[in-house]
Amino acid sequence: MNQSTSQPNLPRPNFWRRASSLLYEKPWLGLVLLLAPPLLWLGVFYLGSLLNLLFYSFYSIDDFSGQIKYDLGFSTLAQLFTSSSNVDIVTRTLSMSIAVTIACAVIAFPIGYFMAFYAKGRTKAIWYLLVLLPLWSSYLVRVYAWRLILAREGVASWFFDTLGLRPVLDGILSLPVIGGPSLSSSYLGMFLVFTYVWLPYMILPIQAALERVPKNLIQASSDLGARPAQTFWRIILPLAVPGVAAGSIFTFSLTLGDYIIPGVVGAPGFFIGQVVYTQQGAVGNLPLAAAFSVVPIVIITGYLMFVKRLGAFNAL
Amino acid sequence: MQNAVELHNLNCTFTSGSFQLRAVDNVNLSIAPGEFFSLLGPSGSGKTTCLRLIGGFEQPTSGVIKLFDTDASRLPPFEREVNTVFQDYALFPHMTVRDNVGYALMVRGVSRAERVRRSDEMLETVKLGGYGSRKPSQLSGGQRQRVALARALINKPRILLLDEPLGALDLKLREEMQIELKGLQRQLGITFIFVTHDQSEALSMSDRVAVFNHGRIEQLGTPRDLYDAPRTEFVARFVGSANVISGETLHLESKRQYALRPEKVGISSASSTSPSSGISSLTGQLQDIHFLGSQTRYEVLVGGERVTAITSGAESCEIGSSVTLTWPADAPRLLEVQM
Amino acid sequence: MTARASLGLRLASSAGLVFLHFPLFIIFLYAFTTEDRTYQFPPPGLTLKWFGIAAARADIWSALFLSVQVALAATAIAMLLGVLVAAAMYRAKFWGRDAVTLVLILPIALPGIVTGIALLTTIKRAGLEPSLLTIVLGHATFCIVTVYNNVVARFRRMSASQLEASADLGADGWQTFRFVVLPNIATALLAGAMLSFALSFDEVIVTTFTAGKEQTLPIWFLSELFRPRDRPITNVVAIFVIAVTTIPILLAQRLTAGGDDLHGGGK
Repeated sequence: MNQSTSQPNLPRPNFWRRASSLLYEKPWLGLVLLLAPPLLWLGVFYLGSLLNLLFYSFYSIDDFSGQIKYDLGFSTLAQLFTSSSNVDIVTRTLSMSIAVTIACAVIAFPIGYFMAFYAKGRTKAIWYLLVLLPLWSSYLVRVYAWRLILAREGVASWFFDTLGLRPVLDGILSLPVIGGPSLSSSYLGMFLVFTYVWLPYMILPIQAALERVPKNLIQASSDLGARPAQTFWRIILPLAVPGVAAGSIFTFSLTLGDYIIPGVVGAPGFFIGQVVYTQQGAVGNLPLAAAFSVVPIVIITGYLMFVKRLGAFNAL
Repeated sequence: MQNAVELHNLNCTFTSGSFQLRAVDNVNLSIAPGEFFSLLGPSGSGKTTCLRLIGGFEQPTSGVIKLFDTDASRLPPFEREVNTVFQDYALFPHMTVRDNVGYALMVRGVSRAERVRRSDEMLETVKLGGYGSRKPSQLSGGQRQRVALARALINKPRILLLDEPLGALDLKLREEMQIELKGLQRQLGITFIFVTHDQSEALSMSDRVAVFNHGRIEQLGTPRDLYDAPRTEFVARFVGSANVISGETLHLESKRQYALRPEKVGISSASSTSPSSGISSLTGQLQDIHFLGSQTRYEVLVGGERVTAITSGAESCEIGSSVTLTWPADAPRLLEVQM
Repeated sequence: MTARASLGLRLASSAGLVFLHFPLFIIFLYAFTTEDRTYQFPPPGLTLKWFGIAAARADIWSALFLSVQVALAATAIAMLLGVLVAAAMYRAKFWGRDAVTLVLILPIALPGIVTGIALLTTIKRAGLEPSLLTIVLGHATFCIVTVYNNVVARFRRMSASQLEASADLGADGWQTFRFVVLPNIATALLAGAMLSFALSFDEVIVTTFTAGKEQTLPIWFLSELFRPRDRPITNVVAIFVIAVTTIPILLAQRLTAGGDDLHGGGK
């Protein structure tokens, strides 16, 4: 052998080579170094904040001085259940979240279905973009658009007047609960805006779930003599469930915590988000605000466990 | 003499939950400098893991890897004078062919002009001169293969590892590349360690072959050794094809198995036999005839066992008729008893 | 499966899309209306004068400037942290992996109001004054997952043997990152950054808790939403905001074209 045993072909050792060699021998060290900064941020700062929030919900406010009493107790949390108006707020918010989620699923399904099974090539790309753009474009602006539409002198009124449908609108608005003096101050109007704003969050997961349905499964179903309706109910719908469940996480959770839409499209009753916002701001009762914000945490945790069974996490 | 590679009691165990897989199980091996050495075995036999241990992509659970007498067991890949041609070529898709080939020089701080000169030179060697400015995605499978080869060779490694490099190529290209690889290895004089599951590839190219099964080396030797003197049923069946026949049927040592290569077996119609010294014979019933072009294969039932004979001519026998099989008396190889 | 969708399906899906885009069209129309006191429809006339008036408003410019600063800072942090988690998560299996995933999606799975008030309690407890810094802290928290989702998807598509090949050819960890990993993930990282920018630029709910007296563009917009003072200017700002958020999204879409979908997430 005329080659020497030294290693002339290797670069000179430097800091990076020594560090890389160390990480090669101890792979866990690399993992720790990678995860440390993000976990410090999310695990300590963010989770710590949530924990802190939980603590605040056990504090209470001194009725006379208005100062926060840093003693742990259940008096603030108990207010959620003892005051009937607070119970109403929770029920109201929850009902709206459920209604909006259902409406989103109903409207989103045909869109996702069309995109997954019929749109091809360029059409598909355009549809995808058309759903994606509202999803990412300004939430505030999209809410603002409805202020223009629902205003007394706005688009909706003009539309009903022009078509001579004013009595129909008035009829609907005179209904109990969902009605109100005008569209812009009724639960119906609020429901419309919520549904509009969160709809894209439902379309994309449904489309993604349907996209994963093997096309030959549908072929097989019809080969076996299933009518289209049967194929739909027995094959396609069950396979779309994870997508609907994934989308519902967003529509449900986003409605539950929103305080801007109930403020803009006024209706007499308060929503959880509004209470949290006004209690911490104008009223200065941070413990009660914290207690109220625990409600969505609890509901969503429960909801996540429920939809996890439906396979939502695989469709996210 | 100094060995290029030495593996001492090498073990590599993968753990997934409570499940443990001994991918490499107590392997001992030395490879001489300049040798063309193949690791042959079916998938999951540990041959690729063994190669990855030599390259440094896996770390041994226990045991020692020596490269040119230096303990390299815990050295990372970038500190080993070993380069690899990967099964999927692993070309960098965002770099041109030239930059791919010159990568090893770039990370060593070689100047741009020098890199271009040497990369182009290397591309000439693998017959890809003029392809330097293309992207890997613009090349065919065979061309990518050559780029991967050029990239691995540019820094003049003392050992080249090849992980099933021809697996993705079609048959004709494969045969061409086999010849070229062998020629390149002779020309450069460096050690090639070649992983393959294709026994004919291993036999035709290698100086020596290690046959892997269940993480162990089943047999190690020259291609001729392996073919002529398989020690176990696994090797006999995996390297070439073999009749594995019981001693009873052959009237040899009973309770043992023998390997008999089909091409050592002659066939003739039952009546035309005249026994001679040094030739063994048995009669059986002809079950099937397959015409293979230059050869013909006969399936014969002898004492309840199926024996295959391959002859270069065509014998006039009929299916179902009685035939006599003959072979040199020293052709059957006694196989080791396997646990 | 028939090749052509039934009439009912085509109607329902198209109606859904119209529902999604009609309000955006209305916003566009109102930016040009001559009416400045009500939301009268149809607009009595069209004009371009509000664009000039809006452009001369110092409060809008300073709000815009603050929003851009916040979005850039939050995106920079999210890029760094998102890439780190993605690099750690895409291949390694380790104890607590699911917990890390949960912590990543929590800021977008929980309503913004929860994140907002949680951060506020911490800011109060830490004795911090709400400022640019606290806004950035909040935004970066929910931007991380956006960068992570995009980058980790690209990591998963990258063949691991590329990293091995780089080390095999003599590159140390840093060189492999610079010459192989970074070029491979660059477009996904950029797409994630674009989305993260759009997300931060537009965020209002968390911001109302962490901003104190600072006014980002969405906060300025929010105050107009509740108490309209400058309707025509608000209309102009509205289409400006849409443009500013749309452009990064279209760019991000381009950057990931040919690959898989954009990896979004909630707000």
